[in-house]
Amino acid sequence: MIQIKSLNFSFKKGNPILSDLDMTLQPGRTYGLFGLNGAGKSTLLNLMSGMLFPESGQCEVLGSPTKERLPETMSEIFVVPEQFDLPGITPQEYIDLHAPFYPAFDREEMDRLCEEFVLESGTKLLSEHSLGQRKKFLISFALATNARILLMDEPTNGLDIPSKSRFRKVMASASTEERCTVISTHQVRDLEAMIDRFTVLHMGVVIFDHTIESILETLSIVTTHLPETTESIYHEEILGGTKVLKAREPDDPDSPIDLEFLFSAVIEKSDKLNPLFQNGATS
Amino acid sequence: MNYSENRPIYLQISDYFCSQILSKKWKAGERIPSVREIAVRMEVNPNTAIRAFHDLQNEGILENRRGVGYFVTGDAYPKVRELKRREFIREKLPGFFRDMKQLGFSCSELEELYRKHHER
Repeated sequence: MIQIKSLNFSFKKGNPILSDLDMTLQPGRTYGLFGLNGAGKSTLLNLMSGMLFPESGQCEVLGSPTKERLPETMSEIFVVPEQFDLPGITPQEYIDLHAPFYPAFDREEMDRLCEEFVLESGTKLLSEHSLGQRKKFLISFALATNARILLMDEPTNGLDIPSKSRFRKVMASASTEERCTVISTHQVRDLEAMIDRFTVLHMGVVIFDHTIESILETLSIVTTHLPETTESIYHEEILGGTKVLKAREPDDPDSPIDLEFLFSAVIEKSDKLNPLFQNGATS
Repeated sequence: MNYSENRPIYLQISDYFCSQILSKKWKAGERIPSVREIAVRMEVNPNTAIRAFHDLQNEGILENRRGVGYFVTGDAYPKVRELKRREFIREKLPGFFRDMKQLGFSCSELEELYRKHHER
C-alpha cells in the first residue's frame, strides 16, 4: 500500500534525517510508529503524504509517487498532524469545503463521529475551538473521508481522558481490511491495544517492524530473581527482581509484551532481536 | 478499558468470553457479539480481538457460521470449565502453594477456612 525504497532525506546537507530507508506498509494494519525525539517520525509521515519530497529514493502510495500529488492519490491519504490550526469557519462550512476532495466522504459517518466525540456543530468557528476539540473534529473528518491511508501524529495529545477512550473505540470500528493506519506516538499506554504492528525508527532507518502477533510468538518477558540463569537479551532492574526480555521457548507461558520495555530493548539491542524473527527486520 | 499488565490482551478477552459462559450469561447455541463489536467495546484492534475468537473456536467453545457470526457451542460450558480448571492448576496453584508453605498453613487448616468461607 505504501512502498518506500532507499529513501534519503535531510533538511541540511550532511545531516541526514532518513538514510536508505526501506519500508512496505500493508492494508488492514495499524502501525505504531515509535522513535526517540528527532528520529524523523513526523518527517516520514510528511514524505508519505507528499508534503515533503525525497532527496533520493522512492515513496509510493497505491502505486504512484506521493511527490506527484496526483488527485487520485491525495484523495486516499489523510493526515492528522500533531499540532495544527483550523480556519475561521464553522464545522459545517469546513465539511462543505473539504469533503468534495474525498469522493468516498460519508456525511452520516461524520455526524455519527461528531456525536461520539460530543462535538458541538453550531456556529462557533473552528479557529476558536481548543486543541482537543479541533483534534477530535479533524480525526472525525479523517475517518469520514474513507481515505485508505490514515496518518496520525500523536493523535491522543490534547484529548481529555474520556476522549482517549472514545478515540480507541472509534479507531477500533474504523479499522478495516482495506485501510492502513500509521500512528506516530510516544503515548504507548494510550494506544498499546490499538496497534497491531510495532515499528521503530532509529538513526534514519526502520530497525524493527513486526506484528504484535509475531512478537508474542517470538519473544517473552519474564521477571526473575535469578537473571544469570536466563538467556537475557535485555533486562531492567525492577521492584522484586529483574525484568528480562528473551527468546520465547516452547514451554513459556503467553506473556504480555510491555511495549515501553520492548522499545528500550529495540533501541539498544535490535541487532540481537531481529535474527530471532523469521524474516529479519520485518515480519 | 483497563487491562491487567500481567496478561496479553487477547487472553483477557478470552477470559471475558469464558466468564460470560461460566456465569451462563452466554448460553449454548446463542450468538455472541461480532469481532468488531467486541473490538470497539474492549477498545482494541480487531486483529487482536479476532485472536480470542479463533482460540476459543479451536477449543470447540465457539463456532463460526460463515456470514452469520460466532455462536456458543452446545458443550461450551463443560469445555470452559475444564479449560479453566487446568489453568487454575497451572497458573494459580503454584504461587498459592508457595505462599501456603512460606506462611506455614497446613491442608487441614485451609480446609477449615474453606468451609467457613462458604458457610457465610
